[in-house]
Amino acid sequence: MAEAPAIGEQARTSSADPAFGLEQQGDIWALHGELTVRTLGAALPRLLALKGDALALDLSGLTRFDTSGAWALLKLREQQHAAGHDVTLHAQSAEQKALVARVEQAIPEVPAPDATRHGIQHYLAVLGKAVVGVGRFLAEILAMLGVFLARLAHLARHPSQFRLTALVYHADQVGWRAVPIVSLMAFLIGVVLAFQGAVQLRQFGTEIFVVDLIAISILRELGILLTAIIVAGRTASSFTAAIGSMKMREEIDAMNTLAIDPATVLFVPRILALLITLPILGMIANVMGLFGGALMSWIELGISPAMFLTRLIEDTSMDHVLVGFVKAPVFALIIGVIGCHAGMQVGGNAESLGQQTSAAVVRAIFAVIVADALFSVFFAMMNI
Amino acid sequence: MERDVVIRLRGIRTQFGTQVVHDDLNLDVYRGEVLGVVGGSGTGKSVLLRCIAGLRPPQAGEISIFGQDALHCSESERRAIDQRMGVMFQDGALFSSLTVRENVEVPMRTVPGLSAAMRRELADLKISMAGLPYIAGDKFPSELSGGMRKRAGLARALALDPEIVFLDEPTAGLDPIGASAFDELIYGLSQSMGLTVFLVTHDLDTLHATCDRIAVLAEKRVMYTGTMSDMLEVDHPWVHEYFHGPRARAALDTKERIA
Repeated sequence: MAEAPAIGEQARTSSADPAFGLEQQGDIWALHGELTVRTLGAALPRLLALKGDALALDLSGLTRFDTSGAWALLKLREQQHAAGHDVTLHAQSAEQKALVARVEQAIPEVPAPDATRHGIQHYLAVLGKAVVGVGRFLAEILAMLGVFLARLAHLARHPSQFRLTALVYHADQVGWRAVPIVSLMAFLIGVVLAFQGAVQLRQFGTEIFVVDLIAISILRELGILLTAIIVAGRTASSFTAAIGSMKMREEIDAMNTLAIDPATVLFVPRILALLITLPILGMIANVMGLFGGALMSWIELGISPAMFLTRLIEDTSMDHVLVGFVKAPVFALIIGVIGCHAGMQVGGNAESLGQQTSAAVVRAIFAVIVADALFSVFFAMMNI
Repeated sequence: MERDVVIRLRGIRTQFGTQVVHDDLNLDVYRGEVLGVVGGSGTGKSVLLRCIAGLRPPQAGEISIFGQDALHCSESERRAIDQRMGVMFQDGALFSSLTVRENVEVPMRTVPGLSAAMRRELADLKISMAGLPYIAGDKFPSELSGGMRKRAGLARALALDPEIVFLDEPTAGLDPIGASAFDELIYGLSQSMGLTVFLVTHDLDTLHATCDRIAVLAEKRVMYTGTMSDMLEVDHPWVHEYFHGPRARAALDTKERIA
């Protein structure tokens, strides 16, 4: 017993090659080497394979012994007790004894797992929860929109509380910085439309109608829709990430306790910035799309820019432009409200921030497309 | 009596830009002791902990851990050292996307030969040893209180039965009952597991209850080391104020009443 080294007293000679040994000496099984978390994978099956009415283990040969080792011995004892046998530990040092006692005291009682419910009831419950979830989501989005409008009305009556700096900052972030990507996207769409239109219309010798094709599709639908989709991807995610990380770090709670209204400070400048900049971005997209289309028509079909312009002004009704621009504020509200709402849904961990950010983008794009479809139906019914 | 030195710091110098935090700092940590590191705010207690734990190498000086040069060694040697140390960060620093049990299992994944079932049972054992109920294992860190997160952080730090544990302000932000339970936990674990504990704290009760030795950081180095009673003798103004202030007297009274 005296030669049993204290726990941790012996420095490990090589951490790469810890070894555990088990030997029968008469009636006693002698353990030697390391019985630690590092050797447990090999040691535990060997220990649990021991058979006998009254196993006796000699611990004096162990150079290292830790809680995992103590747990392995207790596991062996539990197994033997279950079979009606006994295990005795010989030649334990005081430290080993204390360690085994401590681990024994700490071994948790595992409660019986709840029986998981399956069957039709379970699936109906899941379906019901999903439906309620969608309903609640729509209600929350409407509530968020209401809060935004109410705060905006309040600010209209108390303009001194309005945060112009924040508005300018967000307008720069969501508007000005999106100009390059929106311009490039619209230009390429114009090029593609002209090219595809030229191939089809040339068959009928009606190449000149490519101008109408480009003008109507870009001004009425594509310019503003694709801009909104790009902005949804860029901006809804950044709103969610910014507000969500503030929520995560309790900054929003701090604002509430300081009597600062988060809606006024966070939502209004962001959504308002979108409301202002999205129509401008849409206009830039329209111009760039027409420019791309005109350029391609010139190269591909020989329609000179002057002719393109004349045809554009003479044939394209102003209605198309208006139909396009009417949608812009609606899309801006959808994107802003969904982005801010998702930010407020972020919980306490980093995982939920990521989930909400991607959910915000998906929802915003989906909602923009749905709204666009509804607009199309509406304008068709109104014969505009 | 020659005691086994597990951490030896010599001439440590750390600085952020032009601001020098430690200059020519020396410290020995002996095997099996609980060393409390105290010092005013901004004296670089946590920085020192991060230095030893290998998170922030010092600008100059030598660190040897288990007799091995910890600064100029290969990455695999450093990893071997790291596996023999555990760190508990101030707020637990648990991985927020994993449950407590999965958090405790993370270090165990580096050990070859451990089956998933063994890992799970060992993790449950460590969670229980850290004083958490079994059901806490299924929870996410965001669902736990601050005190429970600290315990979970301790369970993860102890996952591989390290020889040295670093604790950064283990009782900060806990209620007095929770804090003294945590003190007892640290002391009990250090006794039964033969741990060496490097403890950064402001809590005088913790110092009384757990520490074998105290190191005072001041003037960019370790000014004094010694037991609690040694500290009471020191006549450096800051140290005197620290160990004789109203809070210190209250802590001392409690200690005497219990004894």
